[in-house]
Amino acid sequence: MQSRRRKWKWIGLAVGCAILLLGMLASVLFGLQQFGLRDIWLAYTQFDGSNEHLIVTTTRVPRALIAAAVGASLAVAGAIMQVLTKNPIASPSLLGINSGAVLFIVIGLALTGSSLPMSSMIWIALGGAAITSLFVYTLSMQGGGGFEPIKLTLAGAAVAAFASSVTSGIMLIHKHSLETALLWMIGSVSGRELGHLLFVLPYLCVGWLLAMLIAGSLNVLALGDDNAKSLGQRLTLIRAASALAVVLLAGSSVAAAGPIAFVGLIVPHLCRYAVGSDHRWLLPYSALTGAILLVAADLAARFVLMPKEVPVGVATALIGVPFLIFVARRRKS
Amino acid sequence: MKRRPTWKNATIVSSLAVAALILAVFCLSLGSVSIPIRDVVLSLVGMNGEGSDLIITQFRLPRIVAALLIGAALAVSGSLLQGVIRNPLASPDLLGVTGGASVAVVAFMTAFTSYSIHYVPIIAIAGAFAAASVNYSFAWKKGVTPSRLVLIGIGISTAMSALTMFLLLSGPAYLAAQVLNWMTGSLYGTNWSYIKAIWPWIVALIPLSLLYAKELDIQALGEETAIGLGSRLQMSRMVAMLLSVALAGVAVGIAGTISFIGLLAPHMARKLVGNRYGIVIPTAALIGAIVLLLADLAGRMLFLPLDIPAGVFTAGVGAPFFLYLLFRRKRPGA
Repeated sequence: MQSRRRKWKWIGLAVGCAILLLGMLASVLFGLQQFGLRDIWLAYTQFDGSNEHLIVTTTRVPRALIAAAVGASLAVAGAIMQVLTKNPIASPSLLGINSGAVLFIVIGLALTGSSLPMSSMIWIALGGAAITSLFVYTLSMQGGGGFEPIKLTLAGAAVAAFASSVTSGIMLIHKHSLETALLWMIGSVSGRELGHLLFVLPYLCVGWLLAMLIAGSLNVLALGDDNAKSLGQRLTLIRAASALAVVLLAGSSVAAAGPIAFVGLIVPHLCRYAVGSDHRWLLPYSALTGAILLVAADLAARFVLMPKEVPVGVATALIGVPFLIFVARRRKS
Repeated sequence: MKRRPTWKNATIVSSLAVAALILAVFCLSLGSVSIPIRDVVLSLVGMNGEGSDLIITQFRLPRIVAALLIGAALAVSGSLLQGVIRNPLASPDLLGVTGGASVAVVAFMTAFTSYSIHYVPIIAIAGAFAAASVNYSFAWKKGVTPSRLVLIGIGISTAMSALTMFLLLSGPAYLAAQVLNWMTGSLYGTNWSYIKAIWPWIVALIPLSLLYAKELDIQALGEETAIGLGSRLQMSRMVAMLLSVALAGVAVGIAGTISFIGLLAPHMARKLVGNRYGIVIPTAALIGAIVLLLADLAGRMLFLPLDIPAGVFTAGVGAPFFLYLLFRRKRPGA
């Protein structure tokens, strides 16, 4: 029985991979301009500088890759965050990652007079995410009693709210930085270059690796602190490693694609419904599902209001919400 | 659980109330035209014959009364909801109240281009109730449970904000600016006719919420215990949520979507007076009123002559204080 169930889980992963690849292929082929498989082949083997080839290599392919990488990272980060805070509605942004990144970007734009090259924006966003989440994490260790999930949750919520308040304040004074910042603040996987992804890829890889390494320990952490301690887990280390993984994954994501909400929150719930709460399965499933969801949402975003594109967040909600409601109603509480 | 001495909590509540009143008087005197405190007090008792009387009674007073009422309403709404849902991250937004109001307002502005601004509060309140009831009915399956409510709440509010964005994108560009302004939450242009429409609601609903405080304390012990103690769980959940939606809906209708207060004012109250809802609710109400008053003052004063929406500053004013409360060293006996 046990081994049969395990077999199905492996099959599920394989099917997921296939769906993801198909989705990414569709994301390259379909849109305002349609391409055939031959066009992709030619664009990479006999690049002729034509519009079609340019669109494939500089827009469509980066877009599909970024959507997959960001979706996977956010979902894994969300799953970890929900264990770390013991709260089912925690999302990676709760560490202050998104609002911190946005705040630093806006400060950067205000100081330089809104003329920042994209590469330095990525650095600033990554730095802002890391500094803010470090601040939140340090705060949650303060006060009597050391680390408590509730302190992390509340400190995160307050710091995130404060950062967005300061952001709005700065944007009100420096109206000229508004436009660039707003453009960036709507999370999107389009209009970003492959270089952005390659830049954050090392951090993402470390994050994924770290997440898979701590997957087993997360199961123990989920049991509650007393149980975890008596089972001999070094809680402080696990928590620090989990937080680090979240920062690497979600920080890189926000740096590459701007703040994208919802994926990190719902995908873990969908996957918990499908494969249970063993994190050694939950994390890979979340990664795959997150990637599929964001690729599909990006594809859908092109067709909803053609020829305009809707932000990928709108499409994510359109696709994700029905699943979430279904799962919430089916779940045994 | 150690019970805090009652007199201590009473002191905290009464000093918050006094602070709110003093602050309100200061807010009346401060603005683009500064008015001496003496004249403010004279105006309040109806004995100021000077020109400043008009500014105080017709422009500043309604706005300050609105800030007090709406801040309190949001804080109480959040307290009730956190009591029902038993999740520290619960806030009125989670019920889809804010999202529903936004969608309704945007849809209204798109559909009727020659709309009258006076309909906006009614539309917003209707939207808030509609979204909350959709949320509740999706979560209903032989009763509602906190975990279902919370997940479906997230789903509905995300769907609502997606819908808002969709309407904004498909509508004309000037609409977006108007709606975004409304969505930040502002008390600009509040006049007595708004106050007349909302004060009976808020003044009636807050004491009504206090009647449910005991019930929320029992629910905090867990579902089985609550039922064992004779709680009619579903009934009281529904009433508490209804109160919460009504309070938040009225607030959203007048002031747009003001963040932070509904989420964090209850936590601030808990840090000050402990966990019993009978005392948390009034404390949170006062804290919410003070935070919104300060935020509105900051919005009026910091960037004169610009009037910045108060919603921008609620977290800026409230978060540092909240973090202080969260991490101050516990004094022995406190």
